[in-house]
Amino acid sequence: SINFLGGHAIVGGYLPIAAGVGFAFRYEDRARVILCVFGDGSVPQGEFHESMNLAGLWKLPVVFICENNRYAMGTAIQRALAQTDISKFAAAYAMPGEACDGMDVLAVRECVGRAVARARESKAPTLVEARTYRFRGHSMRDPAAAVYRTKEEVEEEKRRDPILGLRERLRGAGALDEAAWQALVERVEARVNDAVEFAEASPEPPAEWLTADVYA
Amino acid sequence: MAVITYREALNHALREEMERDDRVFLVGEEVGVYGGAYKVSQGLLEKFGERRVVDTPICESGFTGVGIGSAMVGLRPIVEMMTFNFALVALDQIVNHAAKLFYMSGGQFPIPLVIRGPGGPAHQLAAQHSQSMESYFCHVPGLKVVRPTSPRDAKGLLKSSIRDDNPVIFIESETLYGVKGEVPDDADFLIPLGVAEVKREGRDVTAVAYSGMYYRVLEAAEEVEKTDGISVEIVDPRTLRPMDTETILASVRKTHRVLVAESGAGFAGMGSEIASFITESAFDDLDAPVTRIFGANAPMPYARNLERLKTPSKERIIDAIRKLCSV
Repeated sequence: SINFLGGHAIVGGYLPIAAGVGFAFRYEDRARVILCVFGDGSVPQGEFHESMNLAGLWKLPVVFICENNRYAMGTAIQRALAQTDISKFAAAYAMPGEACDGMDVLAVRECVGRAVARARESKAPTLVEARTYRFRGHSMRDPAAAVYRTKEEVEEEKRRDPILGLRERLRGAGALDEAAWQALVERVEARVNDAVEFAEASPEPPAEWLTADVYA
Repeated sequence: MAVITYREALNHALREEMERDDRVFLVGEEVGVYGGAYKVSQGLLEKFGERRVVDTPICESGFTGVGIGSAMVGLRPIVEMMTFNFALVALDQIVNHAAKLFYMSGGQFPIPLVIRGPGGPAHQLAAQHSQSMESYFCHVPGLKVVRPTSPRDAKGLLKSSIRDDNPVIFIESETLYGVKGEVPDDADFLIPLGVAEVKREGRDVTAVAYSGMYYRVLEAAEEVEKTDGISVEIVDPRTLRPMDTETILASVRKTHRVLVAESGAGFAGMGSEIASFITESAFDDLDAPVTRIFGANAPMPYARNLERLKTPSKERIIDAIRKLCSV
């Protein structure tokens, strides 16, 4: 109902599914677009290349958005990809490829906006590479993230924090004063806290759910 | 009722269901221009056009995923595997995605998808093109698994599979495409999934067999009837998951002796599953342990003489029936 097709836990595994959603939009001649977000860790997977090829071959309205944070779990991109300039893979599949500063919210909006318009107007796919970084570890078991990268590198990257960057731009443009910023922070924190409270207050699923929804 | 081949029966099922519902489309390698590697889809491109008969490059993960994604948003895809051996390339799509998305989404996304193509032993196609894989798929909650035996089964079960809202693994057989039989031409002729058929009535032994093994067991049954006066009842499960245990158990309660025949390797195979539920549910009705007949524990060899040794022969089946009845 909110046009969200779920989170999927196999790296690269859902890219063919996104191509299939794009296929259905074209099949039914609907002016709709599917956005498919994945990390740089999906790029070495075969399913990335199969999906890109099918989308390019059939001109499917899919926007592939690669959040390139330079590490797939603990493996740095230069240890994983022969071509680390990910947007260049687009050329191999006859679609436009565009890299943008993934730490700049407005740049990402513009870049993805262009890709969505292209998909709507000419039903053509695009590969967007948003260059970003992960400040925290890969998971709870990797809190320090210090084995595969240096603390200095993480500190350096934190200077590109997308939220702080947007705040500075809005301040510079006179669009956000300190009071408005504080109000915004409080609103976001309240929303997150509400979600956590809701989750913690929700009952455990009943036993009969174990085998419900296995078959339609 | 016309006499047609298994291949034609499948073709008619595809044609009728595509005529009935515009959301149904066929996608796979060589399904269109080439007319299907085994000619099952012959004539469909001419009738329905490129929108609904979609040729793909060789990328089973990719086009299986296309089927899953299109099913998530309302289409009813039929994905053809040129042979089921190639479905192994798409196992992540089938097992992790098609089978689980309905469950993972709390029932929001049914996946009405049929993955069909030939599987099981064929003639001198060797290790990577000739093998039985139904037990792999049967192990996965969320999948239904169908193995049609007769042309009638092929048509009625394929039509039901296409109308089903779950992912259905529909394994045909290279060796059966030319088999002829009577098939209803009614466009609403359906065989429900999960319903077995007693294909031959008998008194002394129940043989459970499907697909190509059914025909070999039938030959054996006819022979032992003549030579030994043993009357064999043959039950064809037709759908392996969900399995119609009741029909099989009713036959066991009548004959008290059971032979389960499968072409695949025996370890953790279909025969193990069938023998297990019979033993659990009808132990007191058995006059002998359930006997399993299965293929040798080796990949399929290319050499013709070794290939014959790999799959259960009529002679082995006859020996097993005699042994069961002498107990």
